[in-house]
Amino acid sequence: MAEPMVVVDDLHVVYRVYGSGADKGTAATALLRMVKRQRRPSIREVHAIRGLSFVAYKGDAVGVIGRNGSGKSTLLRAIAGLLPAEQGMVYTQGHAALLGVNAALLENLTGEKNVILGCLAMGMSPQTVKERYQSIVDFSGVGDFINLAMKTYSTGMGSRLRFAIASAKSQDILLVDEALATGDAEFRIKSHRRIDELRAHAGTVFLVAHNLGEIEETCNKVIWLEKGRIVQAGENVPEIVDAYLTATGGEPRVREPR
Amino acid sequence: MTNRGRLSAPGGLAKPGSLSGPGGLPDNGSTVGSGSASATTVAAEPAETYFAGDEVAAGERLSEYAGRHNLEPASARPPALKYLRMLWQRRQFITGFATASNVAMYSEARLGQLWQVLTPLLNAAVYFLIFGVLLHISRGVPDYITFLVTGIFVFNFTQRACITSSVVMRDNLPLIRALPFPRGCLPLGYVVIELQQLLLSFCVLFVIILAYGEPFTWYWFLILPILALQTLFNVGCAFILARWGSGFDDVSQLLPFIIRTWMYASGVIFSITTSLALVPSQSLYFHKHLAYLLQVNPAAVYITLIRNSLLTSQRISMPGYHPFNAVKCAMYGNPAKYHIPSDVFANKVIYYSSYCKPIVTQQALWGYAVGWAVVAAIAGFFFFWWAETRYGRG
Repeated sequence: MAEPMVVVDDLHVVYRVYGSGADKGTAATALLRMVKRQRRPSIREVHAIRGLSFVAYKGDAVGVIGRNGSGKSTLLRAIAGLLPAEQGMVYTQGHAALLGVNAALLENLTGEKNVILGCLAMGMSPQTVKERYQSIVDFSGVGDFINLAMKTYSTGMGSRLRFAIASAKSQDILLVDEALATGDAEFRIKSHRRIDELRAHAGTVFLVAHNLGEIEETCNKVIWLEKGRIVQAGENVPEIVDAYLTATGGEPRVREPR
Repeated sequence: MTNRGRLSAPGGLAKPGSLSGPGGLPDNGSTVGSGSASATTVAAEPAETYFAGDEVAAGERLSEYAGRHNLEPASARPPALKYLRMLWQRRQFITGFATASNVAMYSEARLGQLWQVLTPLLNAAVYFLIFGVLLHISRGVPDYITFLVTGIFVFNFTQRACITSSVVMRDNLPLIRALPFPRGCLPLGYVVIELQQLLLSFCVLFVIILAYGEPFTWYWFLILPILALQTLFNVGCAFILARWGSGFDDVSQLLPFIIRTWMYASGVIFSITTSLALVPSQSLYFHKHLAYLLQVNPAAVYITLIRNSLLTSQRISMPGYHPFNAVKCAMYGNPAKYHIPSDVFANKVIYYSSYCKPIVTQQALWGYAVGWAVVAAIAGFFFFWWAETRYGRG
């Protein structure tokens, strides 16, 4: 019997966006609103996820595809527990690490400090950190830059180091939101291998990528989102990818016969 | 929006997804106007459960299935005791984070780490210039300069801990979002940063007061328990402000003004235990309750205790140090009435405040020091822990 790692139960996520629309938001209008005890008029509600239900098991790598704004990143943040559910619930086994695109961990500190502190924060012992330090740095491939502040890194280098740190501990659940997109070909192969290792150690990986080849190579399941709902989902990854491509006006992928 | 219950469609579907297939016609409205949320958040019918296969028994709800396999809500808060253990387990992270941040703080300055010592030195120099050279006043306090500098350094510890921790959750958003760890590490780390700074500035302080002719006494060691209690108090404040500051920016905008008021109310620049409270012409003389409240406020408690430990002149002029003597106390309060020359007052009578009745005794100060530390730390911890799952949202 397969063991579930993530259960998403009829999940709805609604964003409340402040300060949009016609309200110019001057000091005078803000004061007037407080005097009249009104709510901010310009709250817009965006219903980003509209009732998703699925289960992910140990060893699964689930690809999430869809157009911009279809709710992919929102879904991952909800699984990480960073967004409150409007309705429904996300259940997880252990905690999830979320890797996004534009985030240095501690940007003022050197890469070395980021590795050490990141690992300590995840609960590793100082001894373990010392043992694994070199392999993490080697994996990231940032080389001499490890002694420079992380804010000096290129986008690709930053995301390589972050991926190396977050995947150093065998995470129960790893959520990768386009974090590999900026890596070069060599790193893509490495990270692909690392994801396979995590799956072998009974971890679960969610991968958001616009590079559909990456999804096909890495994932055994795929979810196609459209306006916060699942259009198709299944284990027949190439077929769903092709259906998605056709729907978005592209050509089906040309695949090497295996 | 608290409507967690699944509203079943007319006809009462028992098992989710038994009817609607994949591609169940997404409707095209993508945004919803304000105020009509309740109408739109409730799904007309439950969607299909994907990848469930035969694992989820027929008729079983997903929540029951998740519970059967010991899954927990993604945004679950660990129990308080477990949370405390998790924080203790991350102690190397907390200290490492503090040390690294301290080192990196001046990495773009040419003088580098020298600023760690220069900052408190310059601070002291500014106050020396204004109060020691330009104004040249003692305000009824013996050894005014050391009195002032000690007060500033001690208050600065609490001040900096409060101000920096009000932005801690915003400053470290990328870290919070990327890695799972107990968020309480961050305000704790910020307090440790300020503690490390404090130790350096106290080295500067020792040099200053020794240079002013203050003798080294065994009383100096009393600052260790006092600083420990103050640190605990700061931890509590940091927890509370970290949670407030994580929600809206207004807190960090308002805080400097509140803290400045707090500084004047805590007797950093003038003495709320002697001159302001014992001299008949001064504001606190006829408002003993207000004087009491000011003297037992946490910042004043820690400042007074540390002054009394480090500075002999403060210790021996503390009201209650000598048995009550009405005449000598009155001489301190109104030297003109007793025709005391100003040089006699400055060298002798200025210490007679010790013959007055204390509004808060030295023993009571110690009690308050412990009380504030414990109350703040416990209240702060629970207050921060309560919102653990909300940090990093948005």
